[in-house]
Amino acid sequence: MINREAGVFQTSYSSDMALYTLPLAKITVWVTLGLLLILPLPLMLGNNEHAMSIVNTIALAAIGAIGLNILNGYTGQISLGQGAFMAVGGYTAAIVSSRYGMPFWFGILAGGGMAALVGTLFGIPSLRIKGLYLAIATLAAQLIIEWTINHVSWIGGGAQSSIYVDTPTFLGLAFNNEFRRYYLILVFFLLAYFAAQNLVRSRVGRAFIAIRDRDVAAEIIGVNIFKYKLLAFAVSSFYAGVAGALWTYYLRIANYENFTLGVSIEYLTMIIIGGLGSVLGSVLGAIFIKLLPIVLDLSVIRIAKGVFGIPYESVANFLANFQLFIFGALIILFLIAEPEGLARLWENVKRYFRLWPYAY
Amino acid sequence: MKVSGTMEFFIDLMTNGLLVGLMYALVAVGFVLIYKATSIINFAQGDLVMLAGYGAAVMLGLRGLPLWLMVLILCIGMIALGFVLERGILRPMIGQPLVSVIMVTIGLSFVLQGLVAIVWGAGTRKLELPVPLAPYVVGPVFISPINVVAAVIALVFLIAFGLFFTRSRLGVAMRAVADDQQASMVVGIRVSRVFALSWAIAGLAAAAGGIIWGNMLGASSLLSLVGLKVFPVVILGGLDSIGGAIVGGLIMGAVESVAAGYLDPYVGGGTKDFIPYVLMILVLFIRPYGIWGHETIERV
Repeated sequence: MINREAGVFQTSYSSDMALYTLPLAKITVWVTLGLLLILPLPLMLGNNEHAMSIVNTIALAAIGAIGLNILNGYTGQISLGQGAFMAVGGYTAAIVSSRYGMPFWFGILAGGGMAALVGTLFGIPSLRIKGLYLAIATLAAQLIIEWTINHVSWIGGGAQSSIYVDTPTFLGLAFNNEFRRYYLILVFFLLAYFAAQNLVRSRVGRAFIAIRDRDVAAEIIGVNIFKYKLLAFAVSSFYAGVAGALWTYYLRIANYENFTLGVSIEYLTMIIIGGLGSVLGSVLGAIFIKLLPIVLDLSVIRIAKGVFGIPYESVANFLANFQLFIFGALIILFLIAEPEGLARLWENVKRYFRLWPYAY
Repeated sequence: MKVSGTMEFFIDLMTNGLLVGLMYALVAVGFVLIYKATSIINFAQGDLVMLAGYGAAVMLGLRGLPLWLMVLILCIGMIALGFVLERGILRPMIGQPLVSVIMVTIGLSFVLQGLVAIVWGAGTRKLELPVPLAPYVVGPVFISPINVVAAVIALVFLIAFGLFFTRSRLGVAMRAVADDQQASMVVGIRVSRVFALSWAIAGLAAAAGGIIWGNMLGASSLLSLVGLKVFPVVILGGLDSIGGAIVGGLIMGAVESVAAGYLDPYVGGGTKDFIPYVLMILVLFIRPYGIWGHETIERV
């Protein structure tokens, strides 16, 4: 069934409304799902927990990136506060489960809900201000939330602003190694991914896009801007909160270092390199940004040792700054050369093979 | 520090706050200039300041280089950098969505931070100017001389910019571009040249900021954080008003100094990094265009 599209020939509403209409796309999705399910097996055989932890980090980051893309790529509201909203989720989860003994799934929901609430609150200025001003308002949100966590000990847990949580368990199964945690994260990642895919093609998603493209026009055709802007903030922060709560359970500690302004910017970078206004792009961006430092580390250390004979200790400091430099240079490069990001590159590949081998 | 609660204590906080505020204003001017002419918020302004600070510190370390020559080289270097940045990475961004433009300056900020640390190491470098250390005592107030120097430089800068924008042809052209790009093109102003010029001037402002802040804090990566502090200042003053940047800087400096003096003992420090942003959020709610900013009325 490797046939390709040759026009739209849907015969029922349900097939017309399907998320993936082409047989090839359906097959791809199922195969990908299958691969994701058995991904830990080879790593488990080699007992490679480190590689698994990288995959877990990517999946967690992807959830946050998808959330930010809904707000930023689809609704056009810039947010520099994604890290702070993740912090709200993470600390909420830590507080409800360490102080009130709630199970982890409740912590994740509570974290998402609380983040949505706080995110909506900071989204209120978006009704009056937009663009740059909004970016600065969310920057303030980031700094205020960070400060609060560090200075209010009931929220931040006092010393070093960290709260420990127990290993999450579900039906007696403890998520106590990377492979088990992978499946926990995978469930939430898939939920987040398909929820977003469906959201952006629904009435709500179209309203978001209308606001992004021209807010005045959107208002005129009857989109309630007040409602949908706040909704975008709420949904996006909910994603951030869930991602933050998962981080907390994953690391078994809520620590503000994981949610700084730098993290917010990292998420923005993910969606820009991945592609604004693309759910798949968010995931690609998360993969790219999370793999980049690892690849850089390995290659720089190899080169330093192999070519110049420099031991690791003397490269360590250079490495951190080199990463920063490459990170910034990549942002600039992508923005100038391919503003639509990796998602666009993927589209180009697909488009090429759509006509292949009979181009033109 | 004086005893808390007395009038002297308040005046002391106020004076030092105002002096620091002028230094904020100096960085804020670079910011406002770019926004005014190109509608771009430059998140890398703090990093330009940092770069200038390192540049100054390194050059002062060279033997036999007189101070005036160092300042001259630094200023020319920063102006040239401003030109290059505008041509190389900002011009391709014309017509791109806002988030891309913001991100490109954030990317620039990372590149500068990484580059500076790779070339000159991450440690703090001393930047010593021939200024006495002992504070002046004016009535009940202690004022450190470097603050006075900073204030003087800031004032000279601000007056010079003020004259430039009202008296010179180029300055008026820049204001015209800020007001309406198309109309300026129609009357024969080369908008691209104005863009480049505003980045060059921002580089110059960064050079001044780098020397002064570098002397206060030492040349280190901390200098780039000064850039973040400038947001509340420019929002309060109005993103496109140079006068606003000065007044905003003064108010913000005074507010954070007074707030830190009175509140720090109760909350355990850090008020300085918190109050300006709270104030900024309030301003954004009540009067988003700031004190003297250009008021755009949009009803959506």
